[in-house]
Amino acid sequence: MSEYLVDIKNERLSFFTPAGEVKALNDVSIHLKEGEVLGIVGESGSGKSVTAYSLMGLTAHPGKLLGGSLYFNGHQIEQLSEKEMRKIRGNEISIIFQDPMTSLNPVYTIGNQIMEAILLHTEKTRAQAKDRAKELLELVGINEPEKRLKQYPHELSGGMRQRVMIAIALACEPKLLIADEPTTALDVTIQAQILELMMELKDKLGMAIIMITHDLGVVASMCERIAVMYAGKIVEYGTAEDIFYEPKHQYTKGLIRSIPRLDTKEHERLVPIEGTPVDMLNPPKGCPFAPRCEECMKICLREMPPVTNFGEVHYTQCWLNQKEERSANE
Amino acid sequence: MSENLVQVEHLRQYFPAGGFGKNKKYIQAVDDVSFTIERGETLGLVGESGCGKTTTGRTLLRLYEPTGGRFVYDGDVIFDVEKKQYVDMLPYRKKMQIVFQDPYASLDPRMTIGDIVGEAIDVHKMAANKKERYDIIIEMLKRVGLNSEHANRYPHEFSGGQRQRVGIARALAVRPEFIVCDEPISALDVSIQAQVINMFEDLQQEMGLTYLFIAHDLSAVKHISNRIGVMYLGRMVELADSYELITRPLHPYTKSLISAIPIADPKMAKESKRIVLEGDVPSPLNPPSGCRFRTRCPYADEKCAQECPQWRELEKGHFAACHHIDKCN
Repeated sequence: MSEYLVDIKNERLSFFTPAGEVKALNDVSIHLKEGEVLGIVGESGSGKSVTAYSLMGLTAHPGKLLGGSLYFNGHQIEQLSEKEMRKIRGNEISIIFQDPMTSLNPVYTIGNQIMEAILLHTEKTRAQAKDRAKELLELVGINEPEKRLKQYPHELSGGMRQRVMIAIALACEPKLLIADEPTTALDVTIQAQILELMMELKDKLGMAIIMITHDLGVVASMCERIAVMYAGKIVEYGTAEDIFYEPKHQYTKGLIRSIPRLDTKEHERLVPIEGTPVDMLNPPKGCPFAPRCEECMKICLREMPPVTNFGEVHYTQCWLNQKEERSANE
Repeated sequence: MSENLVQVEHLRQYFPAGGFGKNKKYIQAVDDVSFTIERGETLGLVGESGCGKTTTGRTLLRLYEPTGGRFVYDGDVIFDVEKKQYVDMLPYRKKMQIVFQDPYASLDPRMTIGDIVGEAIDVHKMAANKKERYDIIIEMLKRVGLNSEHANRYPHEFSGGQRQRVGIARALAVRPEFIVCDEPISALDVSIQAQVINMFEDLQQEMGLTYLFIAHDLSAVKHISNRIGVMYLGRMVELADSYELITRPLHPYTKSLISAIPIADPKMAKESKRIVLEGDVPSPLNPPSGCRFRTRCPYADEKCAQECPQWRELEKGHFAACHHIDKCN
């Protein structure tokens, strides 16, 4: 039906909180082929996690899907019932959460938690599931799997727990793995281990990955495609090369300028993006980034800019790019 | 003119962790750490979680009672555990302040911003009357980029970046000379981090401050620090000028730490080789004998297990503690 594994079109999703409607996603479109790695970057509250969660049907009350279509591997996610969704979740799509300290159940053993996914989605017996769990632990680089199966989460370190999370996520060989800031809670040397492991497994198992992070360094080394999100919108989308070497949106440019780099020589001053993140309860009328943008024009405050395409994949939503394109056409 | 404002010698901080009598166990959070900071300088302190960098900062301010070592501040002995010398901290709290990591947890939700900043002014009786107190508060808020109307608001009305500014204003209120910045940027969004780092630099110039800047993000620390110290499992493993440390690290741990930082550049990231360390950081309850890094070090041998490597000045101003400096370079 579709050439893509994941095809999200014009998704709009809001959270109805007591304080008012929060438009978490506003016209978000993402597509992804099998075996591709997509990075979603953005600040906290920009909607990067919600995009991925909605694909798993994890945005229950007070979240509400207001429009758009979510296609995944032959399913129309927005039309599925909870029961049907359960068959897909953990089977065809898996997720690794940010905090390995809180995402494992403290009262069950590691083995129990890995086997749960296997027993739920396959016809395997308990003994077979146990063998599979052992295999998985070996796959993610945990030594003495026999012993680990009997241990509880508190007996493992943060890096090990994240490996267990990955093992659970991979239990049914999913087509798509969503990694929601999988290394934010970990130290850099452990982060390097986990990222290495994820890329290795991707090559071995051929799954697609959606990598959600705020760390531009992580996406640079891992992702083929990058979506930059700001206030519930994808403001720029392109290949890693497009985003890092030819950023077109002012926010992307600012983001890349503001990261401290190791390879600068002298005591160079950082160039921050001024201002504060958007208040999602009262978003500005026009372009959400306009209040912080250096090149803000009158129209930016009034209207949301349309999409400007540069080549096949690369696009932005910015009036400046529109203006340039228009003058180029003339 | 080089004048050491802060001089720390053989600092030790152990925390009791269960057990009785002979079996009493201790977490060796900080073990034999020495460094100096010149007036007006920034010393960065980096390392993974649990390496003792925060404990070092807090122990200096006597937020923990030190287990061993000596700390001389501006010629005055703040503590000398061996000689059982401890000074009354109150007058020194005016000179040394701290900015905490989590701007969400370190501000009292029931106090207004004005009172949070004003509390230190009251404690040290720095204002003769209410008007003067108010003026100081407003001045401090302005310095950190907030304005006078913010003084009557409560912490929950602010974003993370703004709260951290309040935390900084509170530390500045008593006009300190030395500030321990305990991971002040790690809880903030990327675009806000750069703002706060720049502000720390501006304030340093304006007010002649000296910083001990603690963080786990080496690239951010490099931007603000003159010198950087790297800690591993309670010990300092390397200390050097920041540019020198990044470009010519000597200790194998520093090397792997630098190579583990993801580079925000797709081409460079593909070309660079990562030194991926095996395993996890051992428990500080039961650290490895000899060199503490040996369990994860690719160069470790017999000698590393038996002898603790000495803290040596290998080149001018470049210190490291490793037996195999020659082998790994």
